[in-house]
Amino acid sequence: MMIMGTVLKTETVPISNSSDVVMVRQRVRAWTLELKFSLVDQTKIVTAASELGRNTLEHGGGGSMELSLAENGTRRGIRLRFSDQGPGIPDLALALKDGFTSGSGLGLGLGGSKRLMHDFEIDSKPGIGTTITAIRWR
Amino acid sequence: MDRIPILRMGNYLLVTIQVDMHDKLALTLQDDLTEQISNVNAKGVLIDISSLEIVDSFIGRTLANIASMARVLDAETVVVGMQPAVAITLVELGMSLPGIRTALNVESGMEYLRETVGIHEENDDDHGYSTED
Repeated sequence: MMIMGTVLKTETVPISNSSDVVMVRQRVRAWTLELKFSLVDQTKIVTAASELGRNTLEHGGGGSMELSLAENGTRRGIRLRFSDQGPGIPDLALALKDGFTSGSGLGLGLGGSKRLMHDFEIDSKPGIGTTITAIRWR
Repeated sequence: MDRIPILRMGNYLLVTIQVDMHDKLALTLQDDLTEQISNVNAKGVLIDISSLEIVDSFIGRTLANIASMARVLDAETVVVGMQPAVAITLVELGMSLPGIRTALNVESGMEYLRETVGIHEENDDDHGYSTED
């Protein structure tokens, strides 16, 4: 057995239109409340989720968010994982730079949400899709 | 399709955003406000965001667009009531909302509008838009 004890619960929210991005924010808010994050932390996590959810929709052509409870020793946190089957991000370093945008946005989405979370990982394959995993610890 | 109501009070337009806006709703508000400013010759726009639990880059950009469009149409915009947690997050996100005038609450926002618009009116007295007549 790999994991003993707590089963980490998960939830998946589909992202296919702009109302789904609102649902992403609401579900993430509910989870952060349950995990007893401070109000400022809740706001940061929900804002990051909103940015990443919009990216999944606008750049990835839709996809989903998986929410889960992360554990690392005694630390607990919330993990957001956004996946799409879109075109992928050709230049990651460039995409993370503030002000870079391929769409009509401000280009704060990726770099900004990285700053709002503790751990941030992008796995993107051209033509296959992008998965972004972000964790904020309590 | 739902809309955010815009109230008119004399030369001012007042908006209270009380719902978690999806992007299209924010764009509709931007269009509606711009149209209303021009229709009623509004001189000031007050947007109350005290109920907003987050302002992400899209909403921030929409607010900035509204303020720029209003300015082009000769109206001042003030955004009031931002929650402290929202302000902290916005700055960390990398948005400091340049070009947007803010005030802590509706009262000081209105005071700002009256002062700024008042100065305009003194210099430009002949457009005849008084609500008292």
